[in-house]
Amino acid sequence: MKATIHITLKNGVLDPQGKAIENALGSLGFGGVDEVRQGKLIEVRLDETDADKARATLTDMCEKLLANTVIENYDIHLSEA
Amino acid sequence: MQAAVIVFPGSNCDRDVAVCLEAATGQAPLMAWHGDANLPKCDLIVLPGGFSYGDYLRCGAMAANSPILREVVAQAHKGAAVLGICNGFQVLTECGLLPGVLMQNKGLNFVCRNTQLTIANNKTAFTSLYGAGEEITIPVAHNEGNYFADDDTLKQLQDEDRIALTYAKGDNPNGACLDIAGISDTSGRIVGMMPHPERRAEAALGGDDGKRMFTGVVEMLS
Amino acid sequence: MSHINDTPITEALVAEHGLTPDEFQKVCEHMGRVPNYTELGVFSVMWSEHCSYKSSRKWLKKLPVSGPQVIQGPGENAGVIDIGDGDAAVFKMESHNHPSFIEPYQGAATGVGGIMRDVFTMGARPVANLNALRFGAPEHPKTRHLVAGVVSGIGGYGNCMGVPTVGGEINFDPSYNGNNLVNAMCVGVARTDKIFYAAATGIGSPVVYVGSKTGRDGIHGATMASAEFDDASEEKRPTVQVGDPFTEKLLLEACQELMASDAIIGIQDMGAAGLTSSSVEMADKGGVGIVLNLDKVPVRETHMTGYEMLLSESQERMLMVLKPGREPEAKAIFDRWGLDFAVIGELTDTGRMVVHHQGREIADMPLGPLADGAPEYDRPHVPTPKADDFNDAWLDGAPDTLSALKKLMGSSEVASRRWVYEQYDSMVMGDTVAGPSGDAALVRVHGTNKGLAMSTDVNPRYCFADPVEGGKQAVAEAYRNICAIGAKPLAITNCLNFGNPERPEIMGQFVGCLEGMGDAGKTLDFPIVSGNVSLYNETNGTGILPTPAIGGVGLIQDLDKAVGNSFTQDGQIIYLLGETNGHLGASLYQRDVLDNHQIVGPPRVDLAQEKAHGSFVRDAIDQGLIAAAHDLSDGGLLVALAEMSLGHGIGAQIEPDGDTGFWFGEDQARYLMSVAPEKADAFEALAKDLPLKRLGKTAGHTLTFGSSLSISVAELNEIYEGWFPALMSS
Repeated sequence: MKATIHITLKNGVLDPQGKAIENALGSLGFGGVDEVRQGKLIEVRLDETDADKARATLTDMCEKLLANTVIENYDIHLSEA
Repeated sequence: MQAAVIVFPGSNCDRDVAVCLEAATGQAPLMAWHGDANLPKCDLIVLPGGFSYGDYLRCGAMAANSPILREVVAQAHKGAAVLGICNGFQVLTECGLLPGVLMQNKGLNFVCRNTQLTIANNKTAFTSLYGAGEEITIPVAHNEGNYFADDDTLKQLQDEDRIALTYAKGDNPNGACLDIAGISDTSGRIVGMMPHPERRAEAALGGDDGKRMFTGVVEMLS
Repeated sequence: MSHINDTPITEALVAEHGLTPDEFQKVCEHMGRVPNYTELGVFSVMWSEHCSYKSSRKWLKKLPVSGPQVIQGPGENAGVIDIGDGDAAVFKMESHNHPSFIEPYQGAATGVGGIMRDVFTMGARPVANLNALRFGAPEHPKTRHLVAGVVSGIGGYGNCMGVPTVGGEINFDPSYNGNNLVNAMCVGVARTDKIFYAAATGIGSPVVYVGSKTGRDGIHGATMASAEFDDASEEKRPTVQVGDPFTEKLLLEACQELMASDAIIGIQDMGAAGLTSSSVEMADKGGVGIVLNLDKVPVRETHMTGYEMLLSESQERMLMVLKPGREPEAKAIFDRWGLDFAVIGELTDTGRMVVHHQGREIADMPLGPLADGAPEYDRPHVPTPKADDFNDAWLDGAPDTLSALKKLMGSSEVASRRWVYEQYDSMVMGDTVAGPSGDAALVRVHGTNKGLAMSTDVNPRYCFADPVEGGKQAVAEAYRNICAIGAKPLAITNCLNFGNPERPEIMGQFVGCLEGMGDAGKTLDFPIVSGNVSLYNETNGTGILPTPAIGGVGLIQDLDKAVGNSFTQDGQIIYLLGETNGHLGASLYQRDVLDNHQIVGPPRVDLAQEKAHGSFVRDAIDQGLIAAAHDLSDGGLLVALAEMSLGHGIGAQIEPDGDTGFWFGEDQARYLMSVAPEKADAFEALAKDLPLKRLGKTAGHTLTFGSSLSISVAELNEIYEGWFPALMSS
């Protein structure tokens, strides 16, 4: 299975890179941008075929290493591939 | 007393710290490799600055999951004094020995310069030779030194007197909450700090304000 | 599927590889046949300007390269000099101009990575990085983006490696709008009996590949570095390499560990032209042959052709020849550091390079012609016409002295570089005695009380107006900067950045600069031990200012004696050493205060005077007579005085008054020094009949000069510190 994990900063945590991108978009003339938040995307290929088991493993990975839950949220998407 | 410096792939202040420890203890510290599953019993463990595992993913995240860290955590729980400097501080927060997280600097750039620090708590294992409220100069060099924790944690740190060092007013180089430069655990034996005391530990390099971090802990442990 | 080597070799293909028809003819002669596609690729990179120095070799040979202090001159990965007690300094400067223009972060980062490999390949541990950067006009739309990317890239690589970036210089000029210059210098320290060279000997010895895996990065980077830009070049992004400083840090530690044994016969970094150039150079220098099996090369992409593997410029890779049988212990070290280790070939007695891939012999070439057979060009060159003299009538209506000082302190050339150097870790390794804000940087040799002084210098304005004097001045200024800290200048590396050498006036600049540089090196006992040439720095036919950057290295035996360039306390006597004739031609005053861009002759460099003055300053520092010393350069006397005030916020009262030339002229061989009153007699006695003049004394927090002019140091500081942050946030 293929997993796509989105890691984003929790609401309320300052995101200086997102802020810089937001400013840059503004100076390029893109109006109407309310907020930009930057995160990470991690792709993982797994041998596991059972979606529930895969999700459990991936959650463990996120909790232990891939995300720092003090400041980050994660979101796991699974697909057959 | 036995002191150890943990060496991760990408550590780059390991030698600098070893020089200071040797000056303070009179003997070269043990240099412990990240892949080792065993660490001889130590009285003092230093996690040095650098870019462990390239600082890829998140600073300190992979080091926090390395085999040697299990040993460090175990010995810390048994009472060893632990100092995490810069990347070492990041490792201590990632492995849960200290709360909070070090985020990217507010200015988005790496910053290397001297900072004015205030000793906010001189009762930790590493700050005992400084006066309470003493102002000292120690350099920082980091891209992720912006200390962040939720309000409850910050309040707890304040209530428990666990903020060891703060940047002097107006000299916060990274946007850290409450100007925090270093914190301790509840016992005061585990300290993490962004500034590099080992870089200012002899007059030839411009000053020795950092030296007492090492001599202080050695005095306490001997 | 047909093999790449079945591709017919057409004129167009030859031209695409950057070989002229004559050069191709020569290749065919050496080969005794038409080369196949792979062989053509190999010849094209080995014979590129970047690898073969075909336009510059004739002139490089004339430079002074020897001296009792020289252990290894040009021709190896880096130069090596003796610094006493069995220690050696190993250093080189190299350009990464073109890649840094296309992708500033990665281009600069890999430039820093490459130069560090050149140094640690020789057995040295890198202890200091410096750089010399040139960007286009500050107001040019690309400049800020390039500055931000380059600075961040230099920091990103050096900081992670844990090697302090301790010095450098930055200039801005519209001639660099389409060709910024990124010259990176690295200085390392080794034991004189543990220097490693490229030469590979011993038939049957294993050829070993270590480091990162090979991808398709930077294929034909060396030929790109030898081509002029046009607007389409910005599309060339895929040839830019991506750096991984983490892997290089591991490679450094693993190499140091292996070098502590005696298993290595020869070692060479895979830099420009990657596997090709490293294997050719090792085998050719050892006078042997080499056979490679590309199936053994660690790769990170699929379906790579032999051609791609040979020409890839993937970073963080090394090639070594080991003593037979020592592979297992070497492999154990690289395994421990998590790096690839593969035996990919062996040395032969054929004098040829033979390459196998997927069961096929894909190349068989004679090594001699590959390494040294590129034609040496004596390109037509016309001397740069003598520039006019400064016309005093230009001073009519010029701003007053105080306004001019303010203008210069906040100019692109003088203003503080703090915004830049605070992004570099300048203190890691715990031996930085003086970092980026001094005349020269000073780094302690670990475990001793001696120090290496380092400085990078060149004034492209001078070189453009008068290449010979400009070449001299670049060397003289590096010399002065090192003397001003109290160190003895020992040797230099250079990085020669010029436009298209096929234009006689550009070649004339090159020849002129080298003549001046050679004269200065000879007279000052300051030989050139390594270097790099970067030509074709042109965009749409407009060349850069000639920029022969110099990286000087000196030694101070007792670090306790070193002085800084800032006034240290009130009440000290300020002296000016050197003759002041008020030379304003090609000065910063002319360019930035008068906004006058006429080509005017720069100040003349009197090398005998430079030597005598430098030697006096060193002696006086050695005898403890001087509190602070500063060399005079851009902006002349008044700017130098202001700079000395800034460090510790100590002002000065200057007694003599003078005209614009007195305050802002850029006459050479001059130093400012502050001396404690009780040492003044001894100091003056030591100076004997040198042109030494008392200017006044340090005092308060204000710089007072002329009949009644004054400015607070705080205001000077505000102007000085304000320019760079304002530029970068505008």
